[in-house]
Amino acid sequence: MNSEPLLLATPSGDVLKLRPEGPWTAANVSVLETLSRSVGADVDRSSAVTLDMSGVSALDTLGAWILEKLSRRAASSGRSAEFVGVADHFSGLMAEVRQVNRRTPTPATAPNPVLLRLGDLGKATVGAREDVTIFLQMLGALFVALIGVLRRPRSLRLTSLVYQLYRIGWQAIPIVVLITFLIGAIIAQQGFFHFRRFGAESYTVDMVGILVLRELGVLIVAIMVAGRSGSAYTAELGSMKMREEIDALSTMGLDPVHVLILPRVAALVIALPILAFIGAVAALYGGGLVAQFYGGMAPAIYIARLHEAISVTHFEVGILKAPFMALVIGIVACSEGLRVKGSAESLGRQTTTSVVKSIFLVIVLDGLFAIFFASIGM
Amino acid sequence: MDESQEVSAIRVRDLVVGFGRQTVLDHLSLDVRRGEILGLVGASGGGKSVLMRTIIGLIPRQGRSIEVMGQPIGGRTEGAATTWGILFQQGALFSSLTVRQNVQFPLRENLVLSQELMDEIAIAKLEMVGLRAQDADKYPSELSGGMTKRVSLARALALDPPILFLDEPTSGLDPIAAGDFDALIRTLQKTLGLTVFMVTHDLASLTTVCDRVAALADGKIVAIGPMRELLQSEHPWVRAYFHGKRSQMLQHQMR
Repeated sequence: MNSEPLLLATPSGDVLKLRPEGPWTAANVSVLETLSRSVGADVDRSSAVTLDMSGVSALDTLGAWILEKLSRRAASSGRSAEFVGVADHFSGLMAEVRQVNRRTPTPATAPNPVLLRLGDLGKATVGAREDVTIFLQMLGALFVALIGVLRRPRSLRLTSLVYQLYRIGWQAIPIVVLITFLIGAIIAQQGFFHFRRFGAESYTVDMVGILVLRELGVLIVAIMVAGRSGSAYTAELGSMKMREEIDALSTMGLDPVHVLILPRVAALVIALPILAFIGAVAALYGGGLVAQFYGGMAPAIYIARLHEAISVTHFEVGILKAPFMALVIGIVACSEGLRVKGSAESLGRQTTTSVVKSIFLVIVLDGLFAIFFASIGM
Repeated sequence: MDESQEVSAIRVRDLVVGFGRQTVLDHLSLDVRRGEILGLVGASGGGKSVLMRTIIGLIPRQGRSIEVMGQPIGGRTEGAATTWGILFQQGALFSSLTVRQNVQFPLRENLVLSQELMDEIAIAKLEMVGLRAQDADKYPSELSGGMTKRVSLARALALDPPILFLDEPTSGLDPIAAGDFDALIRTLQKTLGLTVFMVTHDLASLTTVCDRVAALADGKIVAIGPMRELLQSEHPWVRAYFHGKRSQMLQHQMR
């Protein structure tokens, strides 16, 4: 028994005799491909081809197909091709292989790249409109569910709400405190470092206070919540969609928006202002520590300067934005979750979209609020 | 002894598998002969799938030896694709790849061959399991249950492995599709000379396709042999399985 496959070609007159030998199996595929290519020209030249299979020691689909392809190559131009000496235990496989790949599939025409780009652009435009529609639909559905709850307060899913509050509020506190603390400290350090040149170190406190309370505190926390909890919502609802749990809920006469989405979004709307407040305090504390150890400003002076620099208005501006950001994050996360289709890839894509979109919208919303508050003089 | 090794595709001796305190397989021994279709029956949760997953190396085992094609297998799954193909119960197709890419995946990972040949082999395999070339560019989520099983079978057979494991191949298929699938397995087994290890509850497949049937109860193989012999078995669980109401009805109709 040969360990290497061979293909002996003996031309006799116009007839080409091919004698494959050894194991024609998938394990030797690279040798087989070389062999079949090497006799290709001979096959084209001769008027008839005989394949003597008696020397083949092992055969699988791949080997059988390569031989079949040689015989078809001969047969395609009207010449005769035949197999002889096919062993009994290979005949079934050879017969099977003769049936396959008979119909040549129409090759897919390569699309025009310019048209493809234009198509993508068009799809994206339509998709953007669809996104807005879905967002508004979800907002409406939430509003309807909320009215239902206000009418019958007992229908509120309290257990679910409390559990979501625990998950996205309570469990998020450590990381929110850590990050906002660091952000506050960094802003203070930069302030002292750069303001020192103008002898305006004391204004660092104004900067930290206003920046943290009005903008950064709530923005950083919202972005973190979007990444941490928004993605979790999308993945949860998406896998529930994939396993038909949401369909099961609907068939039992329950509204998925009411049961699943309202408690989640409500929990976000409640938790985000609290987290933003905690975050702002942690950032001010971080700034205070830097003021003492880096800027050489005693805590009492820091607090006194802070007292002068900031007012309740600044705090209000920051904290008023939080529930709206939470609403945006919740709606985007939940509606993206419901758009998940069958595959695991779709779940991943929708989760990414959810996080990217909610962070983008949070920043846009922050900009709109900045304009709004400036124009009403807050 | 030597002769039995010659004819055994899978030899399991004294296999013990347990999770925590619970022993699922208790000193189990089983021989699967080359070129046969062996059906494995057992209670739900009785360790059928565990036995299959242990043989293919997905579950670490505590007891003795498992030999596949005369070679003892380690706990590793490398190179496994050329030894056996597996049809998982849910198909386990890669959802991010098309049907064609799914079938090509084992080829691409294990062999060096041209894209042209790979395409042809993939289509050949799909046609062998009764699918059309047009289905090759669909994604798994667009397939029906029966098609998923067929594609999964084509993928399992991509490298022409000598052994094929089937985990409940006909579950979730309508009787016509299930019958077709049974016939397909029989045909492929004959054509490719496969050894088939099939976990199933489908009495029709047990009767029509399997050369031998093994019954797993209490962590052991309690009866093994052609369907006729199993029907005569005196073991209480085997009796209950084959002579319960449902089974009686089916067998009555088959007679």
